[in-house]
Amino acid sequence: MTQEIILETRDLAKHFGGLKAVGGVNLRVRAGSLHAIIGPNGAGKTTLFNLISGHLKPTRGQVFLRGQDVTGLPPHRLAHMGLGRSFQITNIFPNLTVLENVRLAVQARGPDNFKLWHDYRRFSRYISRAREVIEYVSLKGKEHLLASALSHGDKRKLELAILLASDPDILLLDEPTAGMASEDVPELMRIVEHIRQTTGKTILLVEHNMDVVMRVSERITVMHRGRVLAEGTPQEIAANEAVQEAYLGSWGTRTG
Amino acid sequence: MVEPGTLDVRAKQATRRWNLQGLMVVLFLALFPFLASLVTGEPPDAGRPKFWQGLLIQAYIFAVYALSYDILMGYTGILSFGHAMFFGTGVYATAMLLKHAEWGLGQIFLAVLLITFVQGVLFGLVSLRVKGVYFAMVTLAFAEAFYILSEATDFRRWTGAEDGLHGIPVPDFINPTDQRLRFYYLALGFALIVYLIARRVVNSPTGRVIVAIRENETRAATLGYNTFAYKLIAFVFSGVLAGLAGMVHALWNLNASPAVLSVNTTINALLMTIIGGAGTLVGPMLGAGVLQLLGYVLSRTFGPRWPLVFGVVFILIVLFLPYGIVGTWNRWRAHSSTKDKPSLSSK
Ligand SMILES: Nc1ncnc2c1ncn2[C@@H]1O[C@H](COP(=O)(O)OP(=O)(O)OP(=O)(O)O)[C@@H](O)[C@H]1O
Ligand SMILES: [Mg+2]
Repeated sequence: MTQEIILETRDLAKHFGGLKAVGGVNLRVRAGSLHAIIGPNGAGKTTLFNLISGHLKPTRGQVFLRGQDVTGLPPHRLAHMGLGRSFQITNIFPNLTVLENVRLAVQARGPDNFKLWHDYRRFSRYISRAREVIEYVSLKGKEHLLASALSHGDKRKLELAILLASDPDILLLDEPTAGMASEDVPELMRIVEHIRQTTGKTILLVEHNMDVVMRVSERITVMHRGRVLAEGTPQEIAANEAVQEAYLGSWGTRTG
Repeated sequence: MVEPGTLDVRAKQATRRWNLQGLMVVLFLALFPFLASLVTGEPPDAGRPKFWQGLLIQAYIFAVYALSYDILMGYTGILSFGHAMFFGTGVYATAMLLKHAEWGLGQIFLAVLLITFVQGVLFGLVSLRVKGVYFAMVTLAFAEAFYILSEATDFRRWTGAEDGLHGIPVPDFINPTDQRLRFYYLALGFALIVYLIARRVVNSPTGRVIVAIRENETRAATLGYNTFAYKLIAFVFSGVLAGLAGMVHALWNLNASPAVLSVNTTINALLMTIIGGAGTLVGPMLGAGVLQLLGYVLSRTFGPRWPLVFGVVFILIVLFLPYGIVGTWNRWRAHSSTKDKPSLSSK
């Protein structure tokens, strides 16, 4: 629909000592699109996400959100500007219930966070919204379990639920299916696709499963050693010889 | 830890059961002077009943102090080594204002509130910029500065330097010696009110964010919570409560000495919280009672070597009740209720 660039990085770089984990990346993400970032282990995908979401300060370069320079803003400020992310390594509130994990994410966007004198259980709209999201990621029935007691697959669903509940415009999904049993992967990806189809949200997705990436994304950026190797539609990427040589061959064997 | 996610029927029943048990405890403590009088045959305002009330009064004061520490340690998940600063400030502010300025109790209450509030904001703004051990060290340094200040001979006129201040002129109507019974109810009421206030705050939307920060600060920030602001709120709230505990401590002991600002005072808060159960409100209060009564019983039995015995007891508590008395009890109950009613987990 719209061709507006909602997220852009210019010459974004992060060096860890001598290692150029991200070495000058230019990325343009269209509003409402599903844009995948692929690349082998250590290519710098997670580091790029950390730079965009404010968890790391860049060595060089800039990040723009809706044309506004947001380089170096802390994560909580970016969250209020509509940027949300999930983590490759599950990042939840372990000793709280599933419901409370999600409810806290809903509450974060509301106006009641600095109310010290009201019982949190009286804000029933947060609770009911949290229950909706829990049902959406098919964790219904597990609301009262502690997050730490969930199976790995369910933790990944919770990870996604927390992100969805905070209702961002731009979702940074860092390998949402990481470590999941292969039979659980389609269900989670169906949720991601459903979000994409039913909302106008922009999704930036890091994913290793090439079948999934080729099917769901509109654009793909291929990273290698901290740099962008290629960018294009799935067809273009599949046809790109450099990419094929460097990755698709080896991935083909990896994912079967 | 039993996390009330919502007010479903089961949680409501559990809350009601807790409230009922709590009410019974409060009732028992309220009747204690008269029960003690019945048992001993001595009047409630004299002899052993009076002495026992004294032990409990000190326990109530430490209960508030320990609770305030747990707001930081158990709820927000930050370890302070400088909590004595707030407590001692409450003690000294009260003692000095009574001794030198002869202020009324209401005015002193407001003064302690204001002073510890400002102290919390200022020192929080500085120390919360760092985390973990560094935060602990910075808070320790601040508290030690106050400790040194309290012993400074330059201010002997006001603080009494290393001797402290003695013979604080408290108003007759709450003189802890002549009006023991009245002071007993004052201290009990104080602890009860602080508990109720703290319970409201930890169950508020802000209170839940604070717990989220304890659980995973990065994720809380990623969701949009300005974690620094919430930690500052917790720090100030905790500091003000500790300051108020210090105020009652000064009224009860009729003195102020540098010891209340020493690192030992902070460590006491830590011990009470660990014994009772971090991350609960009742736990540290109970821990304060246990520490107080244990200290009394052990020192009577073992004389000056009682801290050695206490050390052994403390190690046993940590070994066998790793989440403290209340924390372990909560876990055990949650566990056994899951066993009784499989519906709780499988539904
Ligand atoms: N905090 C850090 N300190 C030092 N080196 C780091 C740090 N974070 C990442 N790196 C290094 O930077 C490089 C890029 O890592 P990154 O996690 O961004 O890769 P990735 O593309 O997400 O890989 P994967 O597919 O395995 O998740 C790696 O060599 C990694 O070891
Ligand atoms: Mg990664």
